[in-house]
Amino acid sequence: MNAQAPVNAVRSGSSITTRRLSKTFNGMTVLQPTDLEIPAGQILVLLGPSGCGKTTLLRLIAGLERPDGHDMIRFDGEDVSGVPIEKRNVGMVFQSYALFPNMTVAENVAYGLKIRKVERTKREAETRRLLALVGLEEYADRRISAVSGGQRQRTALARALAIKPRVLLLDEPLAALDAVLRERLRVEIGLLLREFGITAVYVTHDQAEAMAIGDRIAVMQKGRIAQIDMPQEIYHRPANDFVADFVGTMNRIAGRVENGVLTIRAGETMVRLNVGGPDRPTTLCFRPEAVRLTSASGAVVARIAAATFFGATQRLVAEVTPECRLQLDLPSSLSFTPGQIIPFDIDPAAILEFKARA
Amino acid sequence: MDSRRFDLFLILPLAIFTLAFLILPLARLTVEAGSGPQGLAGFFVILTEARFRNSLIVTLILAIATTVATLTVATVAAQTLANRKFSGRGLLLSMLTFPLAFPGVVVGFMIILFGGRLGLVGSVSKSLFGANVVFAYSLFGLFLGYLYFSVPRVLLTILAAAEKLDPSLVEAARSLGASPLAIQRDVVLPALFPAMYTGGALCFATAMGAFGTAFTLATAIDVTPMLIYTEFTLATNASMAAAISIALGLVTWAALAIARSRAMRDTKGA
Repeated sequence: MNAQAPVNAVRSGSSITTRRLSKTFNGMTVLQPTDLEIPAGQILVLLGPSGCGKTTLLRLIAGLERPDGHDMIRFDGEDVSGVPIEKRNVGMVFQSYALFPNMTVAENVAYGLKIRKVERTKREAETRRLLALVGLEEYADRRISAVSGGQRQRTALARALAIKPRVLLLDEPLAALDAVLRERLRVEIGLLLREFGITAVYVTHDQAEAMAIGDRIAVMQKGRIAQIDMPQEIYHRPANDFVADFVGTMNRIAGRVENGVLTIRAGETMVRLNVGGPDRPTTLCFRPEAVRLTSASGAVVARIAAATFFGATQRLVAEVTPECRLQLDLPSSLSFTPGQIIPFDIDPAAILEFKARA
Repeated sequence: MDSRRFDLFLILPLAIFTLAFLILPLARLTVEAGSGPQGLAGFFVILTEARFRNSLIVTLILAIATTVATLTVATVAAQTLANRKFSGRGLLLSMLTFPLAFPGVVVGFMIILFGGRLGLVGSVSKSLFGANVVFAYSLFGLFLGYLYFSVPRVLLTILAAAEKLDPSLVEAARSLGASPLAIQRDVVLPALFPAMYTGGALCFATAMGAFGTAFTLATAIDVTPMLIYTEFTLATNASMAAAISIALGLVTWAALAIARSRAMRDTKGA
């Protein structure tokens, strides 16, 4: 899922370091002191629900907001906390595209170079190169109102890259697009960012987008980073309940472990799960795809309540007990009927255990 | 009634309005203008006779100055007010709408209170330097009156546009390194241009044709509406008054047409 950067890719851009970076608005701390280390050329995705502080963190790195203190943000070790955005040399891509409606596609892309007084022929050549890169050569002289949403977003990306920024900052760049286009563009943007090898911070609330684009993902909750890791780790080894739920679907089986076995009463039968460890109340978590049908004895049994066809897979809603509903992903080649009882195994390696929820 | 006929029916109010308030009176006015001793040649008198010609030029300059000053003040103020929350903002905005309902006479009266012989500026300057500064009864007084009258309405028009301006446009320009002046030139003013045009046109047309304020301030100010009034009432030269009216209308219309074509060209960025 996660395209790896080619080995010979030219790494460019600066590393970003934040030290105890925080932001308080009118006495409300929207970003708790945050330490962050983004190596040059890496794409970090800030993922979280609205109000988690991800956009504030991005805007602080951009220089659009002032941090609470000094020496909190460094590019390549150089303190930029006091450098205004005009001089910070960051590329920005906004959810609303923020393209200048009074300029053509090419004029938008060339704007930063024009401001930098890059000589005309050089400017035009660079603009053409960038438009070619994002596949918009034919649209160079179109007005912004005359190109589609996807083309606008690519124009915005080309405009941000034109100034050869030290870091590229993207604020929900695909949120305004429809689902099909969003899916296509997130692959394209991911490839393009890797091709450029630029340091990028990408804000989104869409976990699929985060997985597709990020080298690393920082899941944010209530103004702090709940977990920062590679997408695979975030998905398979979430640090807590919040991350587990935010990144994909998570099944939960609550109960008490006694003598290493979690027992759930399901009608007349007892379901037993070998989990080991000391006696404790617990909640076991696993992803929908961590199950496999089995005929072995000791399997978990559940009654199918509903099945949704997803193409390659199907998602079953299955009840172990009325209180314990699970979502299970199984190959769509198998056929099930509601009411049917299925026995299945849970991959022991995929079972996670968090502290029991109150 | 089929829908086609119904569509035609919908045109009726506009057609009646156009006929009753535009075409017929203008036709009547034109006939009136041609009924003088020189006939339709009376129109040329406006250009040949210095009194009429100068009046039109003075009025045009006054209207242009008023429009430029109003747009400058209103555009700057609108940007200050847009997207900025402070206590008393609502009160300030409602106070700005206060002069909208004033007739020209009241505006003129306020200018006299401000810069007249017994006005505020005069008494202050007299106590400070011993000189009574009086400007109410001049073109400058009229200019201030028009400004007082125009700034609020133009400001409100531009403010509405300024509040709709996507703040990320400015942020994007800043991230690309644009200075505040470059942002004004390339981002903010182009976005405000339609509202500035609308507001400016209204302001210009009002300044060209306003009568009450000038009438209150002084009879010595020879702006065209005053001229029409004196021709009509004092000189009882109805045909000349009609001819000047048409000329005033045409000059205003032409100025707005030129501004409009420029505005269109600028927003299309040709």
